[in-house]
Amino acid sequence: MRIRVGHLYPDYLNIYADRGNIAVLSRRAALRGHELVVDPIGVGGALEPDAHDLLYVGGGQDREQAAIAPDLAARGDAIREAVAGGAALLAVCGGYQLLGRGYRGRDGSFMPGAGLFAHETVAGETRMIGDVLLECELDPGERRLLAGFENHAGRTLLDSGAEPLGRVVHGFGNDGESGFEGCRVDSALGTYLHGPLLPRNPWLADWLLERALAHATGEASERLAALPDELEEEAFRVAAGRARVRGGRR
Amino acid sequence: MGVRLELETLAARAVGTASRAAGRGGGTTLPGKLLWKLDPGAVDELAAELSSGVALVSATNGKTTTTAMAARILGGGQRLAWNSAGANLLSGLASALVAARGADLGLFEVDEAALPEAIARTRPRVVSLANLFRDQLDRYGELEILAERWRAAVKTLPPDATLVVNADDPVVGDLAEGRDRVLRFGLDDPRHARPALQHAADSKYCLRCGAPYEYAAAYVGHLGDYRCPSCGHARPPLDVVARDVELVGLTGSRFTLHGPEGEVVVELSLPGLYNVYNAAAASSLAFALGASPAEVRSGLEDFSAAFGRFERIATGTKTIIVLLIKNPAAANEALRTLETGVPPVLVVALNDAIADGRDVSWIWDVDFEPLLPHVERVVASGDRAAELGLRLVYGGLPEDRLEIVPGLEEALDRGLGLVEAGTDLVVLPTYTAMLALRDVLTRRRLVKPYWEGGPA
Repeated sequence: MRIRVGHLYPDYLNIYADRGNIAVLSRRAALRGHELVVDPIGVGGALEPDAHDLLYVGGGQDREQAAIAPDLAARGDAIREAVAGGAALLAVCGGYQLLGRGYRGRDGSFMPGAGLFAHETVAGETRMIGDVLLECELDPGERRLLAGFENHAGRTLLDSGAEPLGRVVHGFGNDGESGFEGCRVDSALGTYLHGPLLPRNPWLADWLLERALAHATGEASERLAALPDELEEEAFRVAAGRARVRGGRR
Repeated sequence: MGVRLELETLAARAVGTASRAAGRGGGTTLPGKLLWKLDPGAVDELAAELSSGVALVSATNGKTTTTAMAARILGGGQRLAWNSAGANLLSGLASALVAARGADLGLFEVDEAALPEAIARTRPRVVSLANLFRDQLDRYGELEILAERWRAAVKTLPPDATLVVNADDPVVGDLAEGRDRVLRFGLDDPRHARPALQHAADSKYCLRCGAPYEYAAAYVGHLGDYRCPSCGHARPPLDVVARDVELVGLTGSRFTLHGPEGEVVVELSLPGLYNVYNAAAASSLAFALGASPAEVRSGLEDFSAAFGRFERIATGTKTIIVLLIKNPAAANEALRTLETGVPPVLVVALNDAIADGRDVSWIWDVDFEPLLPHVERVVASGDRAAELGLRLVYGGLPEDRLEIVPGLEEALDRGLGLVEAGTDLVVLPTYTAMLALRDVLTRRRLVKPYWEGGPA
């Protein structure tokens, strides 16, 4: 099966490992006999709501994020329609912030976002930096851990009733206070966990692939065959240990 | 000089000696830390005593090597207070000042974030600023935050101070705009340009208008001959230029250095284009302090390597080559020196202490890809060996050519076991992995401890 990925602003939002996350999706799809086709989508490029099975939005430094923010905000309808139609989405760090309602700067300015996730981000005084461990329950009854690294000044405040990606076991999370991290709408996930998130958390890569495949085939999502994943498990084990010992303290 | 300062420096020096005697490392930062705690103003007073003043060097990459090169050029005729072991916070400067009372010239590499305070306290005659790359975002925050601090710091320089900038870096080159006493250095040899900007290059959008720069030549990361097609912001004319560069694999390089007072041909025994940049930075700093082209040339040619950055260590019939990797730009350049003769066996070591960057994401911005199809075996080591192994597998290394050996000493021995007699073993460690490997080599009496410097 061919899985069509729309990678938004790869020239601007590419800080750390965004290409790694795509490489993981590509390789894990290939190992199951599927092909990942990645379309880079730049400022002004076309984004049709039904053209992609999975959308990816990475993170960038402030300057790069500001450069693409108006373009992304203008695509709100197309992105919400794609997600409502069952497309999977992963947004990391800056991409996660910009897919909310907007970002309020310390000077009171407001940068509108794409309005997919029910949250608003407020610039904070200090950066929240460190290793993170989350507990997620994306499918009822299936609790799984996610190990990553966060580095953000923004405090993201979820609307009441908005579903987080996970509960913070160690680290700061969305705002350093609520105990939640990330946000989920259907098969769309947003998170502050940047860097090589998918390489050491292969279950999440498979979760996204399963939903992207379901969108591509038009059938109910099915579990992908397990892979050996020994290196992945070891990398996860060490990263989770780091979060336990030195993750941010709320 | 007051009695108080005299007592403080004596006490601080005694602590350094005691630290070494107790076998607790080099004692390079302890005396300074003490003095810095007792009396931060002592740095100002000690710096003011230097008859030839102070020169500062900062950059994301190359500060230790550039400063060591400048020390070679300038150290012949005068006594230096120099933080040669890379202790580059204010406490490290304090240590160097304490250890070299009576020196003529202060020559210091300075941590990027510490530059504003170093300028305020030492009132330098020359400041050399060479590049800003993304590096340890977990520690420094974003590149733009550092750039803004540098802009503010440069404005506080005394009017008679000379600012040396790498004009090939758009952000750094721009710091010299509007200043009188400036030396701009750069490279001019399009034969060595990369075909395209590297993955995740920094500063690729115009400072003035935000349009992407066009590069007539991109040499190292975003360093090169840039021009904005939209508003015309471009690399300014250069005062010190390296031209006709010949790179000789891991052995060294040869280039012509054009300065304000003529040109010299330099043969450098350090590999890679990034070391040509370091040499251009060191030469410019030396020119600003009155060195002649001949002095620059002989200083550079006498220079071997700064501590831990590039070392060639003989062990029995095999040679260990150590190339420090510490952020994407530096690692890409280290890997590039290997491209002309890909070694059969690599040991790559990734630690995640504060000095390495606790966030290991940066390894995904390193372009390992061109190298991996050609190596026979890679030993991944360090505290985050598995994470590194994953990066290499995704970079195209077949899994049967990868070994995960987290222990550094075991990894080194495994690597040595894999290479044949008469062959080089290339080791690429992050900073604390390099220190730990050096401890192993010191114990085996293959290198001297770092406070003495150099191979045994």
